[in-house]
Amino acid sequence: MLEIKDLHVDLEEETKTILKGVNLSVEAGKVHAIMGPNGSGKSTLSYVLSGRDGYEVTKGSATLEGEDLLEMEPEERAAAGLFLAFQYPVEIPGVGNMTFLRTALNAQRKARGEDEMSAADFLKMVREKAKNLKIDADMLKRPVNVGFSGGEKKRNEILQMAVLEPKMCILDETDSGLDVDAMKLVAQGVNALRDADRGFLVITHYQRLLDHIKPDVVHIMADGRIVKTGGPELALEVENNGYADILTEVA
Amino acid sequence: MAVLDEAQVRDQVKEGVDQETVDAVREVGGAYKYGWETDIEMEYAPKGLTPDIVRLISEKNEEPEWMTNWRLEAYERWLTKEEPDWAMVDYPEIDFQDQYYYARPKSMEVKPKSLDEVDPKLLATYAKLGIPLKEQMILAGVEGAENAPAEGRKVAVDAVFDSVSVGTTFQKELMQAGVIFCSISEAIREHPELVKKYLGSVVPVSDNFYATLNSAVFSDGSFVYVPPGVRCPMELSTYFRINAENTGQFERTLIIADKGSYVSYLEGCTAPQRDISQLHAAVVEIIVEEDAEVKYSTVQNWYPGDENGKGGIYNFVTKRADCRGDRAKVMWTQVETGSAVTWKYPSCILRGNESQGEFYSIAIANNYQQADTGTKMIHLGKNTRSRIVSKGISAGHAQNTYRGLVSMHPKAKDSRNYTQCDSLLIGDQCGAHTVPYIEVKNNSSRVEHEATTSKVDDDQMFYCRQRGMDEEEAVALVVNGFCKDVLQALPMEFAMEAQQLVAISLEGSVG
Repeated sequence: MLEIKDLHVDLEEETKTILKGVNLSVEAGKVHAIMGPNGSGKSTLSYVLSGRDGYEVTKGSATLEGEDLLEMEPEERAAAGLFLAFQYPVEIPGVGNMTFLRTALNAQRKARGEDEMSAADFLKMVREKAKNLKIDADMLKRPVNVGFSGGEKKRNEILQMAVLEPKMCILDETDSGLDVDAMKLVAQGVNALRDADRGFLVITHYQRLLDHIKPDVVHIMADGRIVKTGGPELALEVENNGYADILTEVA
Repeated sequence: MAVLDEAQVRDQVKEGVDQETVDAVREVGGAYKYGWETDIEMEYAPKGLTPDIVRLISEKNEEPEWMTNWRLEAYERWLTKEEPDWAMVDYPEIDFQDQYYYARPKSMEVKPKSLDEVDPKLLATYAKLGIPLKEQMILAGVEGAENAPAEGRKVAVDAVFDSVSVGTTFQKELMQAGVIFCSISEAIREHPELVKKYLGSVVPVSDNFYATLNSAVFSDGSFVYVPPGVRCPMELSTYFRINAENTGQFERTLIIADKGSYVSYLEGCTAPQRDISQLHAAVVEIIVEEDAEVKYSTVQNWYPGDENGKGGIYNFVTKRADCRGDRAKVMWTQVETGSAVTWKYPSCILRGNESQGEFYSIAIANNYQQADTGTKMIHLGKNTRSRIVSKGISAGHAQNTYRGLVSMHPKAKDSRNYTQCDSLLIGDQCGAHTVPYIEVKNNSSRVEHEATTSKVDDDQMFYCRQRGMDEEEAVALVVNGFCKDVLQALPMEFAMEAQQLVAISLEGSVG
């Protein structure tokens, strides 16, 4: 599904190389986790894949189902099925959560040559999905992320993911700022979306989220490269010994 | 449970409207939509401004002598006045002798007795602008008007073309309710007692340079009188169209809401696309008596000039409402997207005790547009309230200034004002300025002022785009959100149109 080959990325504003040859392949139906210390390039990878400004790809490629992601505008990547759950969801004052969701969904459908969803069908669908994430009617009406608690913001990201039904979901530090209950709720939301056609890339600093979202593959990232790949046990190793041991081991 | 469902359905419709707006915006082209002109034979007064021209305008309108003298007096005053230069706008000097002050379609020489007799070319002009001069319902479902009652609703229109009113709809039906709605020239002839009593009583002849000019040469405009206790049965509106070249439009609107009455009034304006700037200097006076309420909404979409700042309307307008009686209420709502230069401060004189003034404004300036706009809230009576919500949006090379005065006089005890001015900048070549003047001359009044300036930030754009919206759509969404407080105060149809305007005039300003 997602194929990343020898990806090198510089910051545009300053001459600094962040990614130094990332290779990664996420298959449909699988959950891959990327762990790593701060500054290892995890979030940069998510931004580059989703097309945020400010990065320059100097080498390598990234494709989604064979399509070159790096050639596409951010909205084209979204329509192609790439979704990023933000570490810091953005506030949009005055724009109702529902309006935002419907505009996004219909924009994607239009881009894919599909019909727009009617207001009634949309409403029904969102209500259903919101219920599972314990998002009430009030939260659907409120302006996007404005005045939301940390937990509400992250649940809202997962709701967007559920509504947009992407093929490839990237979760960037979705566990940051969440208490245990909120994390469980978010993890439930993610697990409900797991299916044979969908790939996940879960970026996290800590192992605790992976207790709830069981990964198939765990990668350790350090200094712009994936330095070690293993099964779920790798996450536990990090939890018990920290990153230092692994980094020494691969150095 | 049933009640809850109903509330939810309403929400759904609201959300639906927003969505359709975004879609409509995408479909509408970026260019000024109303820039075409009507090819019609016109009759002009000679260029320039002299006492003879003033007399000629008065004569064309078949005015009584007192009116002619009133104009001539204004003209004399005007000669002694200087053009104001304190506003944050910059434009070449206007040669007031190089303008036509009166232009009338030849077919209007004999005033049509009914709408059926109006020149088809004029009717076609308004139809093309989306303002059919027919007494028909505005049907539910039109332009996504899902909130409108199913049986449709009526809006009476007075259509002003260059210097003359070409027709007013629903006059008879309004008359049955006691409401007078006609052109001001007709009112001067038919209702002189009302005009004499109120004209110039809110905006005095010598108020300011442009108002004085207008008093001398105004050619037409609208007149509304709502008698005591009457709730005007439909919305009233005036549509101003400038068509002739080198011609200034000087319209005068006078609205009188007698005790305990209510009226909602809408104003729309467009003009053809021309390289040479044209002058528009209007005066609007509103008198609100005890317990009466007036809502005045404007969607101003005069030709703004091209992307290099060539052409466009100079819009110098004086609008003022006088809450004469206790508990009188007035609400100004304006969406200003057009004009090359805007100089406009719709104001409220809160004379009656417990009277209320509200001002909601969105001013959008793109390319080389300049807007200096705001309001004056003059608190004279006890327990008076005012509320100002102003949103300025600047893009391209535009400059947008909010200028507002809140004045609490010694007798205005326990009065309150709340002001919120927000500016949004799109791009880094434009400017936003906030100039609040606050005077408080008693101890018990309270004035609150909040001002913010923000940029449509890259994070918001990226967030929207990551969810699938393209750049235009994302800006439309974010800006509409920013404008929401004001758009909500507009009547339904106008809100739709305004939302589209907001997005159109910003199109292409991204990045």
